[in-house]
Amino acid sequence: MTTAAAAATTNTGPAVVFDNVYLGFDEGDILRGVSFSVPARETLVLLGETGTGKTLTLKLAAGLLKPTRGSVSVLGQEVSSMSEKELLHLRERIGFVFQEGALFDSMTVGENVAYRLREEHVKEDEIQPRVKEALQFVELEHTADQLPSELSGGMRRRVSIARALINRPDIVLYDSPTAGLDPVTSQTIISLILRLRDVYGVTALLATQRLQDGFALANFSFDKESKHVVRTDAAKGAKSSQTPAATRFMVYKDGRIYFEGDPRELYSTKDPYLRRFLV
Amino acid sequence: MAGTPLQIEREATPEPKLSVVDVLVDSLKRWVFSVQDYSLLSARSIKNLATGPRYFQDTLDQMDDIGVGSLPIVLISGFFIGAVMVLQTGSQFTRFGQAALTGDIVAIALVRELGPTLTGILVAGRCSSGIASELGSMLVTEQVDAMRAMGTDPSRKLITPRVLATVLMLPLLTALNDFVGLLGGCVASVFSLRLGAVEFWTRAIKALDFADLMQGFTKPMVYGFILATVGCYKGLNVRGGTQGVGRATTQAVVLASVMIIAADLFLTKLALYLGDKLF
Repeated sequence: MTTAAAAATTNTGPAVVFDNVYLGFDEGDILRGVSFSVPARETLVLLGETGTGKTLTLKLAAGLLKPTRGSVSVLGQEVSSMSEKELLHLRERIGFVFQEGALFDSMTVGENVAYRLREEHVKEDEIQPRVKEALQFVELEHTADQLPSELSGGMRRRVSIARALINRPDIVLYDSPTAGLDPVTSQTIISLILRLRDVYGVTALLATQRLQDGFALANFSFDKESKHVVRTDAAKGAKSSQTPAATRFMVYKDGRIYFEGDPRELYSTKDPYLRRFLV
Repeated sequence: MAGTPLQIEREATPEPKLSVVDVLVDSLKRWVFSVQDYSLLSARSIKNLATGPRYFQDTLDQMDDIGVGSLPIVLISGFFIGAVMVLQTGSQFTRFGQAALTGDIVAIALVRELGPTLTGILVAGRCSSGIASELGSMLVTEQVDAMRAMGTDPSRKLITPRVLATVLMLPLLTALNDFVGLLGGCVASVFSLRLGAVEFWTRAIKALDFADLMQGFTKPMVYGFILATVGCYKGLNVRGGTQGVGRATTQAVVLASVMIIAADLFLTKLALYLGDKLF
């Protein structure tokens, strides 16, 4: 299994490309002509009101849904035209953190994190150390034998992150990872996302309704030497040669991309609709 | 924030006016699509057996849950059904001085008809609902999507083990139901009709021929297939959150029970025709 860094160097094109994507259900189109691309190692923050298609965008990227029109390419492969069987192999390189964690409630935390490895018939003596490593990353190694129902909401999200990163994916898709959590727990989740981005160099799409999550990803990074989250300005001046990964914002409105740009452009916008997100 | 209207004005979309014919046509279309979806789900559940991956442990777990878990209800019901059958038929035969024939009739009725059908309906009530609610809960909490995102085909992991387990377990449950039914009938005939237990058993066993046993043990295989596939279909097509799960659970039991009774008519006709031709 290649590491994310090796995969990023071999994959020369963008990690994710949406080309004129439409997606609708009985009620009508939710996404209308969405086009964007995400270069490797970049983080794209998806913002928008409820029902504007942020989660649908993530599910399209993972191949869990097919667009009614247009195409979606991930790591150079067109997922919108691949069969479910073909997608099973591509999904080994994609991690998905669902909104409420989506842990399998009849399995323990350890079994949840090991799930993907068992599906791939990895040897049992290799599974345990990798599960332990993943749970240590999210600081929950002591919960391996507990059931998800015994964990708090924040802990379940962290286990979900551990489950998503067990295979060292190239892309991680986060669906409102801090939704419904208190500010302190939300910061813990964002710190984990920063660690995942800066330690493993993953490309990330993060759907959220909290603008502060996006700004946190833009303004902070994980310093591998001090093993702390630091402000990006401080990281630039630090002795390490770490370059913070780029973060962009994309705002949906009525199924279309209303804004796409970097944090400074969003922060300094005069647009009344976008200003409402900054309150 | 100041000056932002409390109620966001949205463009009103006029609702289309539907005639009675439109509603009926729409309902008919939905019904046809559901039959199509159900047929595809059922066909795939069998097709999955031909190629890997196969989930042997999941199948064993389901056999335990469906087979062993249904034993109490099947045995208790079987005993009382057999006893009631003897009381009802015995009271009629006594009028003609032929009470001794009670064992023959009850054995044939139990093995050919009541055993398979009532076992099927009892297990449908217990297991079809359980399957629908379990899979429905998994669907609304995105566990099915999580499974797909991690490279597992939900049809192979969730549907095929349940269908296979039910098809294998229902004939065994039916056999136990028939035996316990005859036991109940024996008790009723000894204490109510004053027939000898040995006479009852001897006549009951001698009345049965191979065609009766064939009919009695192939019907449960079809019923098992019906109740498992209906439960899986309803569970994986839940709409409307937890309320939808409740609705799907009820619909699964009702639909499975009705389909079992309807299938009974055709299977009985077929079995009688084949019994005349072959035996």
